[in-house]
Parts: sequence; C-alpha cells; structure tokens
Amino acid sequence: MSEETSIEEVAETPISAIGPLGLTQVHPDHKKVMRIKVAIASLVALIPATIVQFAAPVPMGVIIVPVLVLAAFFIWRFPRRRYAYKGYDMGVDRLRVVRGYWWRADAVVPFGRVQHLDVQQGPLERIYGLATLILHTAGTHNASVPLAGLLRADAEEMRETIRQHIKRETL
Amino acid sequence: MSEKSKAVAEAPVEIPANAGLRTAPLGFVVKGIEGVKNAIFPMIAVLFATGSTDYRILIAVGVGAAIVLLTGFFSWLSWTRLRYYVGEEDIRVESGILSREARSVPFERIQDVSLEQKLIPRLLSLTQIKFETGAGGKDELSLEYVTNAEGARLREVVRERREGVVAKAPTDLVTDAIDDEAAPLAEDAEPIFQMDDRRVFTFGMFEFSLVIFAVLAGAAQQFEFLLPFDIWEWENWAGAAGKQTELVDGLSSLGAVGQILGVILALGSVAVIGVFTGMIRTFAREYEFRLDRTAKGFRRQRGLFTKTDVVMPAHRVQAARIQTGAIRRRFGWHSLKFISLAQDNGSSNHAVAPFAKMDEIWPIAAEAEILPPGTDLQWLRPSPKKWVDGGVLLAVILFLVAIGWSIAGFLKIALAIVVIGFPLIALGFWLAWKRHRFARDAGQLFVREGLLSPDLTIAPRVRLQSVEIKHGPLSRWRGYCELHLGLAGGTLSIDGIALDDAEKLRGEVLESIVSVDFSALPK
Repeated sequence: MSEETSIEEVAETPISAIGPLGLTQVHPDHKKVMRIKVAIASLVALIPATIVQFAAPVPMGVIIVPVLVLAAFFIWRFPRRRYAYKGYDMGVDRLRVVRGYWWRADAVVPFGRVQHLDVQQGPLERIYGLATLILHTAGTHNASVPLAGLLRADAEEMRETIRQHIKRETL
Repeated sequence: MSEKSKAVAEAPVEIPANAGLRTAPLGFVVKGIEGVKNAIFPMIAVLFATGSTDYRILIAVGVGAAIVLLTGFFSWLSWTRLRYYVGEEDIRVESGILSREARSVPFERIQDVSLEQKLIPRLLSLTQIKFETGAGGKDELSLEYVTNAEGARLREVVRERREGVVAKAPTDLVTDAIDDEAAPLAEDAEPIFQMDDRRVFTFGMFEFSLVIFAVLAGAAQQFEFLLPFDIWEWENWAGAAGKQTELVDGLSSLGAVGQILGVILALGSVAVIGVFTGMIRTFAREYEFRLDRTAKGFRRQRGLFTKTDVVMPAHRVQAARIQTGAIRRRFGWHSLKFISLAQDNGSSNHAVAPFAKMDEIWPIAAEAEILPPGTDLQWLRPSPKKWVDGGVLLAVILFLVAIGWSIAGFLKIALAIVVIGFPLIALGFWLAWKRHRFARDAGQLFVREGLLSPDLTIAPRVRLQSVEIKHGPLSRWRGYCELHLGLAGGTLSIDGIALDDAEKLRGEVLESIVSVDFSALPK
C-alpha cells in the first residue's frame, strides 16, 4: 500500500524533477494533438458501448455514462501528463530525449552515431504546424529515437544542426 | 550522407547496354536437380491418390517429369533474364521474368561477402555469392550460381572498390594502420585459428543433440500412412516385442531388476544416439575450420558438405561474445563470436572460434581490437533491489495461496508451501541476481551473465550507438533501471542497475563516444 502513495507523491512532483540537465519542453500544441488522438481512440470504445447501451435491457446511461466519464478523464489527463513528462535536451554533440510517465525512457543519441534523420508530419500535426524528428542509428535496440511535438521549423533546424555533425558515415 | 545514398539507391539504375554478365549456365543444372527434389512429394502423393489404377506409376512419373520440366523451364527463363554488372560505385542486378527488378547496392554499404557451396553446386564447382548489407536478412543481394573463379573475382572486386571509395574520401582522414600493409590475400599464410579433426571430434562430444528423435517423430507422423500398422498404438509394439525379442522376454522374467536394467539400456542408447548426432552435425558444420587474418578482415572457411567461405572486415566488428557450456567450461573450452552489422543468424553467424581455449581466443579478439579484461578490473553487480522486489512479490502471492489452503482446511499443505516455497524463492532470486556482472575499463564495456556457463560480451565503448535508461513505476520508486546500450547487430543491456550507477556509466560511455572524432575511425 505504501508503494502506491509514494508513486502518487512522485506524480505530484514538479516538472523540473524530470532530470538534472534542465530539459526543454516540446510545443504546447503537442498536447492538443495528443488530445485529438486520444479522443479518436475513445470514440472507437464509445461505439460498442453505445450499441450495448441500446441493445441491452438496462436503464439509460448505466453503461454509456461511465464510459463517457472515463473517456473524458483520459482525454483531459493523459496528454497533460505525457506532455509534462516529455522533454529534450539539445547538446553540442548529443540529443537527449526523455518521455513517458509510468514507463520512462531516457535516451541519449550522440550526433556522431546518427545514420539518417527523418522529419515526419502526420495530418493532425500538420494542422498545428508540428513535426516529429526521428534519429536513426545503427543500433538494434532503440535504433530510432523519435521526438514528437516540435514546430516544423525547429525540427528542420535541428535536423540541419545534427546533419552538420555527421561528416561522414562510419558504419 | 543518407540522403545521398538514398538518392543513389532510388535513382533509376540501368545496366549499360551489352555490359551485364550472366550467372553460370551450369547453375541451371543445379536448379533442375533441385526441381527433382521438389517433384518427389507430389509424385508420392499422386501414387497414393490414384489408388488402384494400373497406370498409377506411369501417372506419377509423368507428374514428376512435368514438375521437373516446368522448374527447369522457369529457371532457364529467369536465367536468361538476369544480368549483373559491377559498376564503379555499385553492383547492379536486373532480374525478373514479367516484372522487372533493378537493384543497386553501393560498395560502401556491403558489410561482407560470403560464398556458400552446397553439395551439388560444389560438385559442379559453382558457388552462391551473397552480399550482405545488414538490410535485415530478406533483402540481401545474392547470385545463384556463379563459378568458383567468378565468385572469388567478385569478392576481390568488392573489396578493392570499397577501399577505392575510402581513398577518394577527403584527405584529412587518418589512414588506418592496416591499409599500410596493402598485402594481397595471403593464401598460404598461417591461419590465426584452425580446428583439426581431433578438435572437431572433441567439440562434437560436447554437442549432445537429440534432434534426430524430433526428426524421426516428425517423419513418422508424415509417413504414417505408409506403415502397415499404427505406430502410436502401444499394443502393436508390445505384441511385436513379445513375439520377436527374446531379450525382452528374458528381461521381463527377471522382474524389477530387469526392468531397471531395461530403462538404463534405453537411456544409454538415447545417450549414444545423442552424442553420435551431435558428432555428425558438428563435423558437417565445422570440418576443416580455418580462420585467416587477411589485409582487411577475417576470412572463415568451414564445412563438410556445404562449404562456406565468409569474409568479415575487422573494423565492422561491433563487439565480441565469449560463450561456454557448464560442462565444457570444466575442460576450458569456450567459443568466440563477433557481433557485426551484417546479419547474425544460424549457419551464417560470425563464430570465429567455435571451440577454443581462452589463450587461443584472446589473440583473435585482439585482431579486432578487443582486449581481455585486466586482472585488476573491478567487476560490479546491479542493484539487488530488482530481485528483492521480484522475490517479495512472488512470496506475497505464494503466501496468499497458502492462506487460501489453510482457510480451506488444509493446514499441512499451507505450511508446506511456506516452508518449501519461501527458501526456494529466496535461493532462486539470489542466484538470479548473482548471474549478472558488469565492468568497464578505459575503452571497453564488459557484461557477464550466468554462473555455471558465463556469457561474456565485450564492447568497445566507441562503437556503441546510443544509451537509454528505462524504468517502470516500481523500479523508479526503488531507484533501479534498465540500461540499454545501442549495439549495431546485437543487443547489450544491464538490467536492474542502480539509477546512480546507470547515469554515471551513461555519462562515461557518452564521453568516450563523442570524444572520438568520427573521421578518425577506420572506415
């Protein structure tokens, strides 16, 4: 039981607790993009809930209301928390990407090891002018490290900076 | 860089007119023989399906002949439609009967070139040549079949052109010391490692394998319909045994002693067959194993029926793995394998010394600039917390089960669960924790796993790709994590390492990576 309270405590700690290096947060619109994505996902869950609601002989709202409440909670809470715990640090010779709340991943990729770079934009990201920068290395484990929620211009600038570090391929 | 090479790969590559080469015409004979192999099953099927017709053998042979002819025809067709061309910067292959495929592989991207000779091509002195790019297996470029001479020529060309590419690169590069030798492939030089028949024989002794039983069982299932009785019906067996073998009769009349003797005999014969299979498999794979250090890399030749000849560039070695077995370790036998970008699977793996003493292994590793751990190396262990947590969690579950039993009135069972279960859990998790060790020196990272048969991975720090720290809710609360090190062609991770240690280690590794000027690394 004590374990749970402690985790809650961690959850309430300020964002600065992410790491000692002082991470940069991604663009706030990234939260909106995630919200829309979660909303779409919950819509998928809502459809069977609605069918069951009308098909099963239960009072109005017994199934649909909890599902709606849950969906609303997810849409409000998840993107907020994930955004708060996402950050990056663009060093002189390396990029650090920290992401995740329950399961945290903290990856550092030296620019010298980058094989190639991608700047990706999904339809939702395009609406908000955001982009995802993906660093590909030759490694087998976490061979590609994505960083979502950057302004397109920033992502392209970062790509250029990193590219200048890759003088030539070694592997 | 990547943009450029991508552009190269995506640009329409065409073989200049009249410049392409065809693969060896004899290869088409090999394909034909393979067609015969494919025809056998349909022939048997037809033989049985046609039932009692007088002409059933004739029909079966006809079907077989049709299949062989069709295979032959199509392999002839694709042979006429396949051309390859060795260009200035790449190898190009155009193939396909209806849909044409043109492919270009830049020399720079070729990790290693391997030659493989299966039994039939070998008799016709043909070889299959594979250009491994590390593309992930299925998309590797290979030519089936070229003559032995052509295979050797292609490999030389790839090697020379690849070095040529480097020579054209900017002049601020520090030349690799190996380049200075510029020695041609020395055929008659002393190999750096080889296994004679005796060594292979000893190796075979340790390669106990019961695969033959699996094969026999599979075959029995497949051909069951051919047998005059149902082999899964034990009564048939008992009957057969009773009728035929006096030995069994004798044994059963001996009573309990005899039956125990029978079991021992049965186990003994299984053991003999297991050792025998292991021996044959080892001989087939490792016969005349020979590893040479060539100007640029390692060349490995081995095999009895299928002879393989693989060249791997030394600078593409990402890490070394030294493995052993619980028993063979007692006799000092270990195996050395290189982890490299080129795919590492099954028969084409990069075992450079499959069965050797440690003092034979270190000189080979040193050729790839991988050094043994020093005697004063400080070995560290991950934090025990991960295993404590695991043990406690399992103990709690077991305790709940025990409570369940005691509520149901089986107090003795509950007690037994606690008395036997808890020490077992404690021992198990303690041993599991003991398995893991790691260490680092100025240039390398060592990760060792296992107690009875330790498995040691040595990775030069500069060759690592990235570092990632991962943790879940429990591990974050308890202060440990997983440390994943990006290793090209393999995985390297330390599980359960204390967060402080992980951050320190990450800092050190990153320093080693970025402090090396990229252009100074050997190409």
